[in-house]
Amino acid sequence: MSKNIQEEFERWKKTTLNKVLSKAPEREPSFQTTSHIEMKRLYTPLDTEEIDYCRDLGFPGEYPFTRGVQPTMYRGRLWTMRQYAGFATAEETNRRYKYLLQQGQTGLSVAFDLPTQIGYDSDHPLSDGEVGKVGVAIDTLKDMEILFDGIPLDQVSTSMTINSTAAILLAMYIAVAEKQGVKSEVLQGTIQNDILKEYAARGTYIYPPLESMRIVTDIFAFCKEHTPRWNTISISGYHMREAGCTAVQEVAFTLADGIAYVEAAIRAGLDVDSFASRLAFFFCCHNNFIEEVAKFRAARRLWAKIMRERFKAKRDESCMLRFHTQTAGCSLTAQQPDNNVVRVAFQALAAVLGGTQSLHTNSRDEAYALPTEDSVRIALRTQQIIAYESGVADMIDPLGGSYAVESLTHEIEKKAAEYIERIDGMGGAIKAIESGYIQGEIAESAYQYQKEIETKKRIIVGLNQFQIEEEPLRDILRIRPEVERYQKEKLARVKKERDSGRVKQTLSVLKKAAQGTENLVPPILEAVRAYATLGEISDALREVFGEYKER
Amino acid sequence: MARKIRVLIAKPGLDGHDRGAKVIARALRDAGMEVIYTGIRQTPEQIANAAIQEGVDMVGLSSLSGAHMSLFPKVVQILKEKGAEDIIVFGGGIIPVDDIPELKKAGIREIFQPGASTEEIIKYIQENVKTT
Repeated sequence: MSKNIQEEFERWKKTTLNKVLSKAPEREPSFQTTSHIEMKRLYTPLDTEEIDYCRDLGFPGEYPFTRGVQPTMYRGRLWTMRQYAGFATAEETNRRYKYLLQQGQTGLSVAFDLPTQIGYDSDHPLSDGEVGKVGVAIDTLKDMEILFDGIPLDQVSTSMTINSTAAILLAMYIAVAEKQGVKSEVLQGTIQNDILKEYAARGTYIYPPLESMRIVTDIFAFCKEHTPRWNTISISGYHMREAGCTAVQEVAFTLADGIAYVEAAIRAGLDVDSFASRLAFFFCCHNNFIEEVAKFRAARRLWAKIMRERFKAKRDESCMLRFHTQTAGCSLTAQQPDNNVVRVAFQALAAVLGGTQSLHTNSRDEAYALPTEDSVRIALRTQQIIAYESGVADMIDPLGGSYAVESLTHEIEKKAAEYIERIDGMGGAIKAIESGYIQGEIAESAYQYQKEIETKKRIIVGLNQFQIEEEPLRDILRIRPEVERYQKEKLARVKKERDSGRVKQTLSVLKKAAQGTENLVPPILEAVRAYATLGEISDALREVFGEYKER
Repeated sequence: MARKIRVLIAKPGLDGHDRGAKVIARALRDAGMEVIYTGIRQTPEQIANAAIQEGVDMVGLSSLSGAHMSLFPKVVQILKEKGAEDIIVFGGGIIPVDDIPELKKAGIREIFQPGASTEEIIKYIQENVKTT
């Protein structure tokens, strides 16, 4: 049969195609994805000849999970619609959460402000100007109690974008649950806890890599016993992609980080099958539709093989790449911001066709500020329209078998695997980050992308073509400057009312634990219960571990 | 002969979004300028000191975290206190238009918004630095 296709293909090129090409050349001499993969004019069965259906695609819910991680995918349950939200104080963010839940959102996702993410209290000099800006400010357990007030923690799943202070925020979440009478065993959610990509791209590190990795693996071990339904890490490509890397690099760098975590956990004495099923992933979804769909499928297959072949995982669940997706913030334009609604819709559709487990859709005004309530509602509605109206959620992996999608899936997997091999050659992801290799690759791609826009090799509608005279958006969310003062006063009150002897004692126990080898999460939980501040707990560890300085 | 323009690109505050800062730094270098990039998490004091020590003509501040109203004016103020008010400070990032007048009043000479091209920024610097 394929001989016949080959012959027919050649005949088509010589006759039908050539007749047109000789008169009207194509728009470009060649077409490429963001990862510089050449997009062919036409994909045919010849491009998928090497693919063995049972070996490479298989069936949903089974190894290598190319077609999806659940046997029924969205026919069983839709993805979790999870809008990342948080700003100003716990009081205000709590109101936004209740609004989002009322609007049909199915999971919470907490955005913390930068001081919370970097281990400074709101009254620290370095917190000046940053309190409550990019997320909610959390200083003590008190703030966390307010944040989840009236939200039953046994009924929601909560994702927290928190890394170097993840153990503290997880401990606070557990402590709030205790106060609600909810056992830690039933808690569902995710902490990002992916410190490696903080050094590579996002920047909220505190301690040096080795010490940070200890905290990460301590969390794995603690959660195995106490929060078995909690995703202990969300290994994130999102921020590296936002920092400028390509789709292939996103897969490669993320899975290379994943390998580093698995190795660290095994070194810490954990059995691979005891923690691997709680690893989750987080990807970006950018503009190139087919490349993005293929990227998700490629990442799933490649991770499955890594877990089975490299780490000898025995359980299928250990080989499953489950992931959250956020649409690409860096694709949003400040120009003609309503166009962003359309961009986000296509990106969200690609994420769903790629089999995401949860999704955040960006809002149209995010090139200006955190989104207004109206903008967030449109973003959420976009997901709901895909889920309930488009029909794509009613069948599994509907693009599977497409010559183009399968061919690109294969190509991305191959190219990402080559990158990982290069990183292995450098001694793994930690070494590749310490040497600046990954950062350099990301910066190089970002620069090329910008140059393509400025030379109009890449068209961004409304930005470098189809521009109009327009007024900048003014109706945006503003964080009131009083927030910082209010938060500082609240912190001062808590400090006055708490048992300071108990705080001192729990912090000194924590420091001793840090100097030794015991798991750090239980002493952190004790300090949190005593209303020790996030800054005090982080400082206790800073004293023992030191701080990382960017090269 | 005209000397090379020297620029410090800096990330004040806790913001880690440095894609823009790095792209600008590289574009300025490719345009023939000498560029020093501070890296992330710099205090206004560190930035002002670096600008003086490196003898730059201009300082470009990048912030996407919303802390620009506290941090940008401080850089200008410290430069002034140290007698280096001839160093021109400009900025970029996620900065609402309504903040721009106040920033300009505080001495930040220009603010570039999302979508600004590296070409615009290069032109701005070349037109505002005396190199002869």
